Amino acid sequence: MIAAVVSLATLGLFLGLVLGIAAKRLQVEGNPLVAELEALLPGSQCGQCGFPGCTGAAQALADGAAPITLCPPGGKDLVVALAAKLGVEADLSGVKENVPSVAEVKEEICIGCTRCYKVCPTDAIMGAAKNIHVVFREACTACGKCVDVCPTEALALRPIPVTLQSWYWPKPALEAA
Amino acid sequence: MSFLSRFKFRGGVHPEGRKDLSADMPVRVPTLPECLFVSLQQHIGAPASPVIQVGDKVSKGQRIAASQGAVSAPVHAPTSGRIIAIGDYPAPHPSGLPVPTITIESDGEDRWMDIASPGDPFAFSAEEVAARVGAAGIVGLGGAAFPAAVKLNVSRRGGVTTLIMNGGECEPYLTCDDRLMRDRAPEVILGIRLISHAVGAREVLVGIEDNKPEAIAAMTAAAQGSEVKVLAVPAMYPMGSEKQLIQALTGKEVPAGGRAADIGMLVHNVGTAYAVAQSLNLGRPLVSRLVTVSGGAVAAPGNLEVLIGTPAQALFETCGGFKDTPARLVMGGPMMGQQFTNPLVPVIKGTSGVLALTAAEIGQPQPAPCIRCSTCVRACPVGLLPLEMAAHIRTGDLGGAVDLGLKDCIACGSCSYVCPAHIPLVHYFNYAKGDLAAKERAKLKQDATKKLAEERTARMERIAREREEAAKARAAKKAAQEAAKKAAAEAAAREKAEKEQSGKEQAEAL
Amino acid sequence: MIHVAPAHSPHAHAPTSVGMIMATVLLALAPATLFGFWLFGWPAFNLWAVAILTALATEAACVGLAGRAAKPVLLDGSAALTAWLLALSLPPWAPWWLAALGSFFAILVGKQVFGGLGQNVFNPAMAARVMLLIAFPVEMTLWTTPGSFPSAQLPSFLESLSITFGGAPMDAMASASLLGHVKTEFTRGIDLAHSLPALFGHSQTGLGDAAWGSRAGSLGETSALLLLAGGLVLIARRVITWHAPVAMLLGVALPALIASLLDPAHYLDPAAHLLSGGLMLAAFFIVTDPVTCPNTSAGQFAFGLGAGLLTWIIRTWGGYPEGVAFAVLLMNAATPVIDRYVKPRIYGRTRDGKPLPAETSGKGA
Repeated sequence: MIAAVVSLATLGLFLGLVLGIAAKRLQVEGNPLVAELEALLPGSQCGQCGFPGCTGAAQALADGAAPITLCPPGGKDLVVALAAKLGVEADLSGVKENVPSVAEVKEEICIGCTRCYKVCPTDAIMGAAKNIHVVFREACTACGKCVDVCPTEALALRPIPVTLQSWYWPKPALEAA
Repeated sequence: MSFLSRFKFRGGVHPEGRKDLSADMPVRVPTLPECLFVSLQQHIGAPASPVIQVGDKVSKGQRIAASQGAVSAPVHAPTSGRIIAIGDYPAPHPSGLPVPTITIESDGEDRWMDIASPGDPFAFSAEEVAARVGAAGIVGLGGAAFPAAVKLNVSRRGGVTTLIMNGGECEPYLTCDDRLMRDRAPEVILGIRLISHAVGAREVLVGIEDNKPEAIAAMTAAAQGSEVKVLAVPAMYPMGSEKQLIQALTGKEVPAGGRAADIGMLVHNVGTAYAVAQSLNLGRPLVSRLVTVSGGAVAAPGNLEVLIGTPAQALFETCGGFKDTPARLVMGGPMMGQQFTNPLVPVIKGTSGVLALTAAEIGQPQPAPCIRCSTCVRACPVGLLPLEMAAHIRTGDLGGAVDLGLKDCIACGSCSYVCPAHIPLVHYFNYAKGDLAAKERAKLKQDATKKLAEERTARMERIAREREEAAKARAAKKAAQEAAKKAAAEAAAREKAEKEQSGKEQAEAL
Repeated sequence: MIHVAPAHSPHAHAPTSVGMIMATVLLALAPATLFGFWLFGWPAFNLWAVAILTALATEAACVGLAGRAAKPVLLDGSAALTAWLLALSLPPWAPWWLAALGSFFAILVGKQVFGGLGQNVFNPAMAARVMLLIAFPVEMTLWTTPGSFPSAQLPSFLESLSITFGGAPMDAMASASLLGHVKTEFTRGIDLAHSLPALFGHSQTGLGDAAWGSRAGSLGETSALLLLAGGLVLIARRVITWHAPVAMLLGVALPALIASLLDPAHYLDPAAHLLSGGLMLAAFFIVTDPVTCPNTSAGQFAFGLGAGLLTWIIRTWGGYPEGVAFAVLLMNAATPVIDRYVKPRIYGRTRDGKPLPAETSGKGA
């Protein structure tokens, strides 16, 4: 009886000591989760999620203060990636599959007010005051900020047209199981 | 003399050949179509850029579009006539998407441009041969349509020792290479020797499937006395695949992710060799090719010498039209060819066959559940597990499929062909490859835009900081100025006071 | 332009289907089955019919509950094959409910619970056989002495109904299978030298008869030769490959040979092992079940070898006289592991999946 109590107590003490040392020795500085989440996010700081940029959104995700469906530009793929990272169920029902788009300036209505140029988070819009603006397709993330500020509705998001180079086979329709 | 190769590759299937439909029909030339639709994207790589204007008159063989970029090929007028349009036209592609195309209205004369005789082709240096092959717009005629000159240059610099000529033609129905080797073996051998000359190959092997004995005999006879060795390989799909043919002829394997040049090999199609001979011997660019028109729905299947840009419809008409309603039109062979729905799409340089198949020939009932019979595993010439890969892709786990070797898949379709449950295995793989490539492009773009956003944030911060500093500096300056003014004022006041003082003193003294 | 969903290549398909494969297997089973009917009379046929009908009904009900069309599923023949295999492994004069319960269990628990055809981990027929063996050990080991020829010994059709459905006593026909007899005699301390002559003397059957199949045993497992012939047909028709069957037979025969040479009084010789019990049926029709066996030829060989070894071990030292069903289920559980480690080498890569080095790449393995 006493032998059992003593041996178990010793074992407990020993293991506790090991755990204590491990906790000190192997301590991880900061929360790596936030950085990992931020790496998954688009990083264009568009603010559509309502948080101040992607860092804020990552922090909110790590704290559980935001749903994993918070990022419109990320689309379904991002929801799945975040769900895997956070170990939660991915509910894709409310997520729109975002068609790859770019902003386009309707040249005949653009008045060259430069508002879009000022809000673009990726400097994808070029143009000086009183001149028609143009969008660099490669740099545009289709965040839609420019569309919101345009006073003449000259800006709109348009799906990138499918070309021979970008076309690929769609997933086979589900066969009769 | 021909020998049977002693190597083999794993897997493979024996689809019903159906080559008898067209193999013994001599090559015919269709009537000159009214309009030719010459795609600017005839090849892998950058599209050619037009060098003519709408309304221009062109002669047959005249260059109408120049290659642009490192991997590209020029395009030549397939007949004489007038350019009536430069713009989008449906591509011979399953998507049916448009592709920039030059439309030539034929003048009915089919008049060649003036060509100076190039002289003895073997007098050219290796570089010169490659340059002429490039200028003639020659691309791989086996179907991949990779610019031939690029391959020649890479191979010469890479020290290729073995040239392998692909006369496999393992796809069912197709007989155009067979016909070419039977009827024009001397020109093909000449082209082979020129390619060999251009890359400095020490060994030249021609692999022909043993179901084409006439082609083997003709090629062996034509190769007599040259360094070209004709080898019979077993008729087995996909023997005409570059990697499998290399393995069947030499027993060597191309390392994963590498190219044939990595093991000192260069593979070209026999049709390409014929085009090379035409360009170096006669100075003629690539404007036509042999095309097999076949399938159960075609009234009189055969092999046609077709001008590039001829609409598929014209080919079917030359072959007597349809005797049966075609269930599917296919460009290329049935195993890897692409369906097309618009019968007006044109023949391009890589078109080896135009098929009109009946529903019975296709034989594709509804898919059933996988019973894990692993027939696909035995059929795969690469050694993959198609059933496992498809199961991963079906549940959206593309990464899992990549781990199983998705990137090594050559999309030969052997697995789909043999699957008793009729699961579209290779369709899953091509979907996954396309989706992964699209994701890769999106990732690159995201990285680029992320960087742009960071730069912008940094710039904004810098501007804000600079503004703040400028404001501070201004404030400091102002303060300094004021202080100075104050000091000056004080000094002046003091001086004045002193003056007054001294004035008083003086006055007092006076 | 035209945006109809295009059809992907290949635009040609081998003339084969799941239904055709199943039909070929059923045909290959037919000779041994018909022999069983001839040997054991109408009760055997009744049992077989009950098993198949129950399986089809269960399958239809499950598929219907899942809201799918039952007809194509029933036509693929997989449920019939499962029930057929189960029926062949039952005592020929067993009561109807044994077959019905076994079939119901095989389809529901063995197959549909996992998601239907192609999803199950364990061979449904063997799972049902093991369930019946554990739950009803008496009914599952009541063997019938075969009628030596179509004779008065065999019951008429009407009598057969009372045997199968009425539970008529069958003591008069009771007999012992070779493996069961040996096991029983061992437990009584009687070795092979004495037990075998007793058995053969009792029913006038030798190993020659065992090969042909005129002996006591399960409905369709008695005729090793007919099962072998069916298996060879399947190999010739490329429905199965030789790997798993040969490996399983080797897995039993090799240890049996070694053991019987060392101690003939305690270990049965390989011939007796090969011709007894469910081994032949299992080797050609059970371990070749594509759903529950490994993907690759090498994996299938390992699978068969393991099943054979386990069979011999259970027969020799286990509590049950026959171990085929247990051995198959154990190896079924090992299938995912085998598939994980036994994979074909990929073209252009080494066995570990690294790309072959340039220039020096060797011959294909």
